[in-house]
Amino acid sequence: MDFQDYKGVWVFIEQKDGVVASVSLELLGAGRKLADKRGVELAGILIGENVKHLTNTVFEFGADTMYVYDQPIFKHYRTETYMKALLECADKHKPEIILFGATSTGKDLASAVATDLPTGLTADTTELDVEEETGLLLASRPAFGGNIMATILCKKYRPQMATVRAKVMKALTPQSGRTGKMVEETISLKEEDIRTKVLEIVKETVKNVRIDEADIIVAGGKGLGSFEGFQLIHQLAETLGGAVGASRDVVEAGWIDHAHQVGQTGVTVTPKIYFAIGISGAIQHIVGMKNSGLIIAINKDKEAPIFQTCHYGIVGDAFEIVPILIEQFKMALTRDKVNK
Amino acid sequence: MLHIVACIKQVPDTKIIKMNPKTNTMDRRTAPAILNPYDAHAVEEAVRLKNRYGGIVSVVTMGPPPAVTAIKKCIEIGADEGYLITDRRFAGADTLATSYAVTKAIEKIAKTKPVDLIICGKMSIDGDTGQVGPGIARRLDIPPLTSVNKVVEINQNEGYAIVHRKLEDGYEVVRSTMPCLFSVEKTINEVPYSPLPNMIKAARYNPHIWSVDDLEEVDVKQLGLKGSPTIVSKVWAPQKPAGGTFFEGNPTSQVEQLLSVLLQKKELFETKEGV
Ligand SMILES: Cc1cc2nc3c(=O)[nH]c(=O)nc-3n(C[C@H](O)[C@H](O)[C@H](O)COP(=O)(O)OP(=O)(O)OC[C@H]3O[C@@H](n4cnc5c(N)ncnc54)[C@H](O)[C@@H]3O)c2cc1C
Ligand SMILES: Cc1cc2nc3c(=O)[nH]c(=O)nc-3n(C[C@H](O)[C@H](O)[C@H](O)COP(=O)(O)OP(=O)(O)OC[C@H]3O[C@@H](n4cnc5c(N)ncnc54)[C@H](O)[C@@H]3O)c2cc1C
Repeated sequence: MDFQDYKGVWVFIEQKDGVVASVSLELLGAGRKLADKRGVELAGILIGENVKHLTNTVFEFGADTMYVYDQPIFKHYRTETYMKALLECADKHKPEIILFGATSTGKDLASAVATDLPTGLTADTTELDVEEETGLLLASRPAFGGNIMATILCKKYRPQMATVRAKVMKALTPQSGRTGKMVEETISLKEEDIRTKVLEIVKETVKNVRIDEADIIVAGGKGLGSFEGFQLIHQLAETLGGAVGASRDVVEAGWIDHAHQVGQTGVTVTPKIYFAIGISGAIQHIVGMKNSGLIIAINKDKEAPIFQTCHYGIVGDAFEIVPILIEQFKMALTRDKVNK
Repeated sequence: MLHIVACIKQVPDTKIIKMNPKTNTMDRRTAPAILNPYDAHAVEEAVRLKNRYGGIVSVVTMGPPPAVTAIKKCIEIGADEGYLITDRRFAGADTLATSYAVTKAIEKIAKTKPVDLIICGKMSIDGDTGQVGPGIARRLDIPPLTSVNKVVEINQNEGYAIVHRKLEDGYEVVRSTMPCLFSVEKTINEVPYSPLPNMIKAARYNPHIWSVDDLEEVDVKQLGLKGSPTIVSKVWAPQKPAGGTFFEGNPTSQVEQLLSVLLQKKELFETKEGV
């Protein structure tokens, strides 16, 4: 394998219903840094039906080139069709690095593609760097349920591939009007030859709590004691106009739906303010919220690990502190309105 | 008669795992080995399908000899046969090498009875990659269906399966030709306590144990560390962040101090309606 033939950093641009996934924009930011360090191009690869118009967004967020497959056969994501397009494109243009969002689609696609290439695939990366000289990708990731971090290398194969967690990389500020080179590709695939069919897509709006998009999150833990106790979290969230988050133990106890779970096996969040109330601060929880703007912890145990991660801590009983907080906040807000 | 193969892995219980703070390595002695929790759901689903449509369930794992315990656990859940592939030459496998070895074992199992369906867990709790299932599917050139949350129908006569795949905001109903591979979510089922007869059967059960030499047409270069493109170069404990500021005083005064901090940072609230 001659590594000289492999050039450039690629980001798989995930899209749904004509909207680019935010993780793909974050990866363009991360990919830009890697490409600059290597002095190579950053390219996006976009697959779908009626998606061509998304190229501008991708250029504005940092890509130099876009490879686009815009064909009816790509209406729905299917491993088989997307994989074939990606394999063909990678074979033709030979990138040295390909990044995917660690979403269910990204992970599915990346695992299949890596097997066929074949090459190494680092899962759920949270830190990325590249050796300027060699082009070796340094991809670091949590393992053993977040108990350790590991740096994974792929020395002998190209391209090097990684799936990257949402919300850990930063998207660049889009530069409006920035453009690049669009390369339209087509692949001949016959629908009859594809072994899977998407029969129906069912949206579940009730469960569609997007805590990853909230600016304020009030998260509660097992320290609230019961389903009834946990309602205190809802009350504070409502007062602040925030979303409700939870630790895994709370979800397992059935006090709230999994969509609210923050952490390693839940959602990674980056609100401006994160309240952690009655949450001990296990590493698996911390990895999901540590990048929040301002972290406020309330816990009755002064030694609770959450206090290591917070900006401000209150040692005390949630059932005493939170009602005061709600009351004071309401007062402060009305006063504020009157002053305006 | 369906032949379902469930792929399973024995893992250290990450809930109990302790890190050695001096060496930053995992203290394996403190972590009991368990059946990967996701795989318990994979086996349970295989057993449910067997009960619904008739058939047999085989489980397969690549791992060290003690992984026999994980196989016995699957027999308790209701699996019929268990296969352990174990050999020093498998050691150090990443997902590419793991999917290769497990595929070779499945190919051999298929010689006794053709395989209609393969079921994997969504991921392991130690490696956490979720890459092995799709890898096996690609190697066997069958469709991988990840994030399966419900099996609607298996139609063996016409050779198709219909499942729900979980999406970020709902699910999709997908039809696939069989054979195919599912990797399943934990929410697909609940694993009940095992009935006593199964436990007795499991205690007496001796799995099939194969080494590399028992497999057929194996390219040894694709196994274990040698066949693994990824290398774990450095392992460290996640950094402990510096602690925050505590407010002093009685609860009311602490809350007041917090509030004054928050209200100074009004920009934090800017985009929020109602505040
Ligand atoms: C593979 C794996 C993945 C995991 N993924 C996640 C994940 O995604 N998200 C997650 O959150 N966890 C996850 N966990 C679980 C995690 O390890 C912890 O078990 C969990 O986060 C603990 O939840 P908790 O803090 O609510 O409960 P506890 O650890 O029980 O903590 C309760 C806290 O409340 C305090 N408290 C009690 N009463 C009061 C009171 N009246 N007022 C104030 N404070 C009080 C206590 O001092 C204590 O600190 C995972 C674990 C594993 C092994
Ligand atoms: C710290 C650390 C980080 C790692 N990071 C990576 C990485 O980024 N990329 C990489 O390629 N490898 C990585 N590995 C190696 C990886 O953990 C092993 O390859 C492992 O054998 C398979 O991957 P997994 O545990 O992630 O399985 P997953 O793909 O998460 O498991 C999914 C399903 O596949 C089946 N399965 C998994 N293993 C077996 C088995 N041995 N026998 C039978 N069925 C099985 C089970 O049904 C399981 O539920 C890492 C290992 C360590 C220690």
